[in-house]
Amino acid sequence: MSQYLFQQLINGLALGSLYALVAIGFSMIYGIVRLINFAHGDLVMIGAFSTLALVSAGVPWPVILIFVLAIGALAGMAIETIIFRPMRGASPVTGFIATLAVSIAIQNSALMILSGQPRNFLFPAFMRQRIEFSGVNASLTDLVIIVLTLLLIGGLFLVVYRTKLGTAMRATAENLMAARLMGVAVNRTILAAFAIGSALAAVSGLFWGGKFGQIDPLLGFVPGLKAFVACVIGGVGSIGGAMLGGYILGLAEVLFVGLLPQEFSGYRDTFVFLLLIVILLVKPSGLFARNTEERA
Amino acid sequence: MKARELNEARAITPHATPMKGFVAAAAVVVIAAIAIFVASKGLSNYTVTLLALLFINAALAVSLTLTNGLTGLFSLGHPAFMTIGAYVAAILTFSARRKGSMLPDLPDWLASTEWSMLPALLVAGLAGGLVALAIGGAVLRLKGHYLAVATLGLIIVVQGLATNWDGITRGGSGISGLPRYVDIWWAFGFLVLVVAVTWRIKFSSLGRAMMAVRENELAAKCSGINAARLKILAFVIGAIMAAMAGALLAHLISVVTPKTYSVLLAFNIVVMVVIGGSGSIMGALLAATVITIVSESLRPVEESVGLYGLSQVIVALCLILVLYLKPSGLFGSGEPVVIRKLFSGRQEP
Repeated sequence: MSQYLFQQLINGLALGSLYALVAIGFSMIYGIVRLINFAHGDLVMIGAFSTLALVSAGVPWPVILIFVLAIGALAGMAIETIIFRPMRGASPVTGFIATLAVSIAIQNSALMILSGQPRNFLFPAFMRQRIEFSGVNASLTDLVIIVLTLLLIGGLFLVVYRTKLGTAMRATAENLMAARLMGVAVNRTILAAFAIGSALAAVSGLFWGGKFGQIDPLLGFVPGLKAFVACVIGGVGSIGGAMLGGYILGLAEVLFVGLLPQEFSGYRDTFVFLLLIVILLVKPSGLFARNTEERA
Repeated sequence: MKARELNEARAITPHATPMKGFVAAAAVVVIAAIAIFVASKGLSNYTVTLLALLFINAALAVSLTLTNGLTGLFSLGHPAFMTIGAYVAAILTFSARRKGSMLPDLPDWLASTEWSMLPALLVAGLAGGLVALAIGGAVLRLKGHYLAVATLGLIIVVQGLATNWDGITRGGSGISGLPRYVDIWWAFGFLVLVVAVTWRIKFSSLGRAMMAVRENELAAKCSGINAARLKILAFVIGAIMAAMAGALLAHLISVVTPKTYSVLLAFNIVVMVVIGGSGSIMGALLAATVITIVSESLRPVEESVGLYGLSQVIVALCLILVLYLKPSGLFGSGEPVVIRKLFSGRQEP
């Protein structure tokens, strides 16, 4: 494999990790409450600015990671309890408009508090170096992002498939009413899904700021939309599908920019959303859908 | 649809005495025109422009009532069609002298033309309608939030094209210095046109067929309604109106950029439709008026306190509150009683 292609691969996997972290939460929430949560992308922004605040306060990085996870979880739980719980059972479109409203409210509140001025924070110096092995070199930041993401996703799979909470989640996703009749505390389970998904999205924000070096209050919107695209690729509602969808999307985007001539790179987002429309039309249940669900 | 609303729909079918309704509508338009004439003499230029903006917003909301409200297609694609319409009209009306240097990739026959507003507006609407027709067949197979996200994607696709197609669109900086052809009379005329068309469609068998598709597509199909064709029709008419509104707005503020019509705008129009009640023309008009006035009057507050985004937060919270307290909006799918009596030409049963 040529060196250039290898670097693109690493780059794509890192970007894919960012999308996967957001997409998994998106998919979990959809799987359980059938809600396309547009405000989910804004947790990326909340995570990024929390990181900025913690870095400025001089908190060490491993602690920052844990704090950001906690802040994301709390924010997700707050959104669920205050806004989405009273609306549970509303029509899908009503729920969707509500999440759009929450997203706009979060973005503009952040704009009011933080101003539109872009800011940045830096990962510690050792993470910014490039490392070499067998002739090819890669950025350590990207490698750390990939490894940490895989660890987090591994942890998530353990929770979902090896704990009582995970069983409750899967049961609720399968059939909310039946789960409730079987004694599953449905509200608590939904709250947990929001907490876990939001925590992952917030960590994605931490990585986002570290990788791209610039953050602003509106930064969550496009990743949120792209997470949806990733979910659609993988089949909305499936956690593994969302993860794979995130990686496919990250790689596709990087290869699109890397392999085509320079003048096409501006069309990156156009390409992603054309991809979305094509997949929705050709294979609406996603590439790896567990169960075929009515999408059209 | 609730039985009460069905009764309303039946009671207000215009074939009763169409003349009376028409006379009432004409009277309202004349009175409004006189009011605008007086207002445009007495008010500052800024306020009159704001009024024009309000009219165009109201027309946008009403046009979305047709697509989203009556037919139940949850489309967020209005800004995409507005952008298309605005660029088409802008390229047609832009001064031929400056086209050569600013838009070098235009074909010769386009580079040498300099149209006036009306033909440019019609071609803009046509362009929006054709694009909607081309993608409608594919996209409208989706439903609910999948359609919403696909149309949201459409906004980003159109923005991407407008940003990167430098020689035709001048890229990210957009086309500025457009002739200011549009004044309050254009905006008012457009609003009257959009309301009239939407009203006629709503209270016809076509409108009832649309509502049938919204309520239960399968049942509608079973009673012989061609749902697919009807959905495309509603989508295309909405897109034509959106494209024309985009062209009018661009020639009101004399500039169009890829970001002029954004997702935020789509959100704001949808809010107007939802708060007014999905399918209610008067509801959309009222909500558009209130929201435009509220957000414009908050602008000086935002600037003086430095709290940019305040009005959007308030609009978003209002929407959440309405969804929570009255999910069907102000008037549901119907029109307020007074309006119905005035225009339908028939008393309540």
